[in-house]
Amino acid sequence: MNLSGYSRAWRLVAGGMLALAIVSVSSAGSVSELTQTNWQDQWVRFFSMRDPSLRYALLGSILLGLSCGLLGSFIVVRRMALVGDALSHAVLPGVAIGFLWGMSKDPLAIFIGAVIAGLIGTGVVSALTKTTRLKPDTALGLVLASFFAVGLCLLTMIQNLPTGNKSGLDKFLFGQAAALGADDITLMAIVTIVAVSLITLFYKELLATSFDAGFARVTGIPADWVHHGLMLVLASATVIALQAVGVVLVSAMLITPAAAAYLLTDRLHRMLVLAGAFGVLAGVTGAFFSFVGRGLPTGPLMVIGASTVFLCAYLMGPRHGVVAKWWRQRSRAARTERENTLKALYHVWENEDFRDIGVTLADLAQRRRETLDEVLQRSRELVRHGMATVNRDTVYFTPEGRQRAAEIVRNHRLWELYLTNSANIAPDHVHEDAEKIEHILGEKTVRELERRLGYATEDPHGKPIPGPRDIHGEALPTGATGNPMRKDDR
Amino acid sequence: MSELIPTFEWHRVMIDPWTIDRELYGWIAVMGFLVTTACGLVGNYLILRRMALMGDAVSHSVLPGLVIAFLFTNSRGTGPMFIGALAAGLAATILIEAIHRKTRVKQDAAMGIAFTTLFAIGVLLVSIYSEHIDLDAECVLYGEIAFVPLEPLVSWLGITLGPVSVVRMAFVLLAVVALIVGFYKELLVASFDEALARATGVNPTWVHYGLMAILSVVIVSAFESVRAILVIAMLILPGATASLLTDRLAVMHGIAVVHAALSSWLGVSLGVWLECSIGAAMVVAGAGVFTAVWFVTVFWRWRRQAGNVSSRPEEVATT
Repeated sequence: MNLSGYSRAWRLVAGGMLALAIVSVSSAGSVSELTQTNWQDQWVRFFSMRDPSLRYALLGSILLGLSCGLLGSFIVVRRMALVGDALSHAVLPGVAIGFLWGMSKDPLAIFIGAVIAGLIGTGVVSALTKTTRLKPDTALGLVLASFFAVGLCLLTMIQNLPTGNKSGLDKFLFGQAAALGADDITLMAIVTIVAVSLITLFYKELLATSFDAGFARVTGIPADWVHHGLMLVLASATVIALQAVGVVLVSAMLITPAAAAYLLTDRLHRMLVLAGAFGVLAGVTGAFFSFVGRGLPTGPLMVIGASTVFLCAYLMGPRHGVVAKWWRQRSRAARTERENTLKALYHVWENEDFRDIGVTLADLAQRRRETLDEVLQRSRELVRHGMATVNRDTVYFTPEGRQRAAEIVRNHRLWELYLTNSANIAPDHVHEDAEKIEHILGEKTVRELERRLGYATEDPHGKPIPGPRDIHGEALPTGATGNPMRKDDR
Repeated sequence: MSELIPTFEWHRVMIDPWTIDRELYGWIAVMGFLVTTACGLVGNYLILRRMALMGDAVSHSVLPGLVIAFLFTNSRGTGPMFIGALAAGLAATILIEAIHRKTRVKQDAAMGIAFTTLFAIGVLLVSIYSEHIDLDAECVLYGEIAFVPLEPLVSWLGITLGPVSVVRMAFVLLAVVALIVGFYKELLVASFDEALARATGVNPTWVHYGLMAILSVVIVSAFESVRAILVIAMLILPGATASLLTDRLAVMHGIAVVHAALSSWLGVSLGVWLECSIGAAMVVAGAGVFTAVWFVTVFWRWRRQAGNVSSRPEEVATT
C-alpha cells in the first residue's frame, strides 16, 4: 500500500463528496479506460456525455436501477429477498447453454437460456419445499450453489473448445457496465418497459398476494400464476442486470434500494416509487464514480451507493430509523421519569391530607428513597417542563402539574381496581402492572374503565381515586376519607 | 456438442485416477473430502437453525477482511488470513443482527444487504490496490483444487504428511470435530430449543457467534481449494441430503461424512471425464447424490401412500 494508492483513494473520496449532491439531481456515466486524464477532465467528459460507451453505461445503469428497484420491492415485502441471489446464480448454466446455441455471445440467445435456467431453478426450489421437509432457505441455497456449479463446469468446458468467440462470458461473473453494447441496452429497455407495465397492470393482484394470501384467494386472484409471472419478470431483470453488476451483486440491486424504501413508508405504491428512485440513484452514482475513478468496477460502486442510501434510511428514517426510535425511547423514558416524580409529589401531598400548598424536598426524598440532590434534579426537570415551581426547599405544583399528577394517580388506582375486580387478581399483585400502564392510558380508555367500574371512588387498597373535580377543578382535592361532593358530580 | 462432452472411457475416468494418476488425483480427492466434511458438519447446524444462507453471506463477507489483512501484513500467510476472515465474518454477523433487530427489515433481506455491501467493499479495495500489489479477487476468493498436488509437501518427524493446504485443512477439520464433540450438547439444545438452552444455562447468543466464527474459519480455509460459491454447496448439500433421511443429529453427521466421501470420489471422476473444474465437478456430483436421494424418498413416500390407498377398501370391507 503505497502513496499513490492513498492519493488515488483520497481523490476518489474527495471527488465523491462533491459529486454526490450534483449526481442526485443530474445524471452520470461509466468506466473510462480510454485516455489518461485528470479527474476534472473526467467530470467534463462525464457531464458532456461525449463517449458513446458512457452513454450506454449510464442508460444501462438507469434501466437496471429502475427495474431492480421496482421488482425488488415485491421480493422484500414477500419475504423472499434472497430469491434474487438464487436466481442470479442459477442462470449461469443457461448463459453457457445460450452461448453454445450459436457459439457466439448473442445477447438474445443467452437471455432466453438464462431466463429458462432461472425458472427451472425457482421451479426446483418450490418442488423441494413441497415434496420434502427442507426449509425454503436450505432449498434456495442448494439450488443456487448446485446450478452455479453446473454452470461453472459448462463454462470451463467451453473454455476448452477450439472454436467460438468466448470473450466476454466472464463478464457475467463480475459484470462491467462499460462493456454494454447497443443490443444489451435494447434488451434492458424492453425488459424494464415490460416490468413497469406489468406492475402497473397487475398492481392490485400483486398487492393482494403480497400482503394477504387468504384475501387474494377469496377474491379469486390466481396467486400461483401471479407468483410465476413475478418470477419470470424477476428472472429477466436479473439476467439483464448480470452483465452490469455481476452474479453476486445483483441481489444487492434487488434488495437494498427496496429495503431502504421499506424503512421509509408503509404504502406499497410509495415504496415502489422510492425503491425505483433509489435504484436509479445507486446506478447513476456507481456509473459516475466508476467513470471518474477510471477503471474501478461499476457493480461494487453501485452497490455501495445503494448501501449508503440504505444506511441513511436506517439511521434517519422518520419512523423506522434508528435515531428516531432511540429519540422516541429516550423522550418516553424521560416523560415516565417526570410522571413518577409528579406521582410521588401527589402521594406526599395526599398523605398530608392536602393541607399545605407545597411539598418539601425532604418529604419527597423520603418518599422516593433518594438523596436530596437527586430529588432536586427531578424537581428541576419538572420546572423545566412547567409542571412545578421550586421555592427554596419546597416544591409547588403548577395547575398543569397538579392535573397531570392527579391523572397519573387516577390511572394507577383505576387500573388496580380493574385488575382486582374484573381480572380477579389479588390486590397485592396489581401494583407492578399499574406502574407501567399508568403512563399509557388514554382518556378514552379511562372513561371506559370508570364506566365499567361503576365510577368507583376507592382503589383496592382503600385509597381514593381522584375524580374529575380533583383533576380539572380549581378547588383543592378532597380529603382521604372520601367526599360526598364527588358523588354529586355524577 | 460432441466436442463439448468427451467420450466416456471407463478405464480412464473410473480406474486411472486411483491407479496410474494416484499421485495427482489422490491428494485432490483427499482435499475434497476434508473440505466437504468440515463444511458438511458445520452446515448441518446451519440447516437446523434455518440459516443455510449464512454460508452464502459469510463466504462473500470475508473478502474485505482478507484484503485488509493482506494490506496490513503484506503476506498471504495463514495467520493473518484467518484473523481477517474471522473479523469480517463476525462483522457480517453483527451487521445482519443490527439491521434485522433494530428495524422491520427481515433477516433474509438484512443478510442480502450486509454481505453484498461487504463484498462490494472487498472488490473495490482489490481493484484500487491491485495495480500496486500482487493480489486480485480471483486469487483470494477462487482457489482451484487442481493445484493441490503441485504444492510443497509437509513432513513431520520424517513422515511425509502431504501438501500444505491438505495438512492445514486436516487441522481445521480436527478442530471442527473436536468442537462439535466437546460442545455437542450445547449446540444441540441451542439449535432446537432456545428457551430450554437459556433455562439450562447455555447462552444461545454465544453459541450463535461461536458457530459463525467456526463457519468463517472453515470457509476461508476451504477457499484455498474451491470457489466461494461452491463452499455454499458443500455447506448445504451434505446436511440437506442427511435431513431427507433422518431426524437424529448424530446420524445426520454420519450421513454428511458419507456424502462428502461420495461427492469427492465421484467429483474427481466427473472432472476427469468432462475436463472441467474439479471443484465444480465435486459439487455437481454432490448435487447428483442429493437428487438421487430426493427422488428415492419421494418415490418411497408415493409408494407408501399408494399402498395405503389400495389397502383402505379392504379395511372397510373387513369392518
